[in-house]
Amino acid sequence: MNLTLKVWRQGGPNHKGKIETYPAEDIPEEASFLEMLDIVNERIITDGGEPIAFDHDCREGICGACSLTINGVPHGRESAITTCQLHMRKFRDGDTIWVEPFRARAFPVLRDLVVDRSAFDRIIEAGGYISARTGSAVDANATPVPKADADEAFEAAACIGCGACVAACKNASAMLFVSAKVKHLGNFPQGQPEAKRRVLAMVRQMDEEGFGNCTNQYECEAVCPKEITAEFIADLNRGYAKASLEETLG
Amino acid sequence: MPSAASSIVSFYRSSIGKKLVVAITGLGLVAFLFGHMAGNLKVYAGPDKINSYAAWLHSMPALLWAARLGLLACFFGHIVTTVLLVKQNRAARGEVGYAYNATVQASRASRTMIWSGIIILCFVIYHLMHYTMCIGNEYESASYIDAAGRHDVYKMLVDGFSWFPASAFYIVSMALLCWHLSHGFASCFQTLGLRGERSWPLIKAAGYGVAAVIFIGNCSIPISIMAGWVSY
Ligand code: FES
Repeated sequence: MNLTLKVWRQGGPNHKGKIETYPAEDIPEEASFLEMLDIVNERIITDGGEPIAFDHDCREGICGACSLTINGVPHGRESAITTCQLHMRKFRDGDTIWVEPFRARAFPVLRDLVVDRSAFDRIIEAGGYISARTGSAVDANATPVPKADADEAFEAAACIGCGACVAACKNASAMLFVSAKVKHLGNFPQGQPEAKRRVLAMVRQMDEEGFGNCTNQYECEAVCPKEITAEFIADLNRGYAKASLEETLG
Repeated sequence: MPSAASSIVSFYRSSIGKKLVVAITGLGLVAFLFGHMAGNLKVYAGPDKINSYAAWLHSMPALLWAARLGLLACFFGHIVTTVLLVKQNRAARGEVGYAYNATVQASRASRTMIWSGIIILCFVIYHLMHYTMCIGNEYESASYIDAAGRHDVYKMLVDGFSWFPASAFYIVSMALLCWHLSHGFASCFQTLGLRGERSWPLIKAAGYGVAAVIFIGNCSIPISIMAGWVSY
């Protein structure tokens, strides 16, 4: 298939970028979106140009490294997949495809389509951990966990931290990410000792990084490759309110 | 341990803190809308009922003012906080936005809250000048005293809404208000964390229901007056 790409090119963090047009010809339908970019890059290199920089690692939808906003939607229009799992057969011959980085003030562009998502790491450092001993396996039933709680925590833990929620949100809010992390740790007895501190610290860090505020439009859950539900944001809000109240009264 | 005062300040400075303020004040305003509508609907019971209701409200100035101040606090709390949030949200995208913008599921109402809100604010100012402060009209003169010596609210309503532009602006504003509520009502519950898997569809339906009831209830009054069904 033959396509036209409109790609954001930016030489470095402090460079001014712009959209450039590239032809993507003879692309096999079974290529993934990233493989299509590989093919285009090979041709750019052959012509003596600078290849388009983009993030990738596992290429099987589990690491969260790949990003890209494709025709305005992070990871593209298909639901519940990452860019590396998106295949070219989902496009039509002759299509023009816009490829932009994940846009957020807290995710500055490093080069072309690569953004710095270390803000997420700092949010995790602020409270996304437990202090219970995990070094050696304890008896599986030593701490009983209700099945429903474990299932819900598992759904939250599916978050791969790709940042698509931020990129899709009209306000570049990171609340889906933060809510998933708070949920998956907070749903277990082992996560309780830090529960209150965790929610306050992670939200504080999230705000400091310059993410926006959720306005309950749920673009995040629509693009999340792991289908994390915005119900977790409701839980985060309640948890934060409760922890703040306890802090004020305590 | 941070002091209570500094906790409150950092709560309001936080993203979720501000969202909670918007949700709570929003629900306060919805409660007022219902009370206000219930009072206005007494117009259908005739001049005596609505005039005596208004006189009864004014017979308790302390309570009336307490309610007014609470309402004012909700109103300003809601507006000031949302303006702060919108400013932060605009900045959060960064200097360069998307060249290709797309929306997957965010409703149109949710994307225009600030605009519906601003027009509603203009309406509220006009509405207060029209009926509460009686600016540019004779509603406080002797001809608006009924036979029992009370303020003739009934006559004021009929005269006020007999003027087509006033009724039209009222109806358009109510439509925008309900548009605002179609996103805002359910949104309050999301923000307060009061949503469960089973209750969520009900909450969303309730949001549309509340918006429809307020729209129909309130708009019925100017329509009835213009149609001549309510007159004196
Ligand atoms: S490259 Fe690992 S999720 Fe796409």
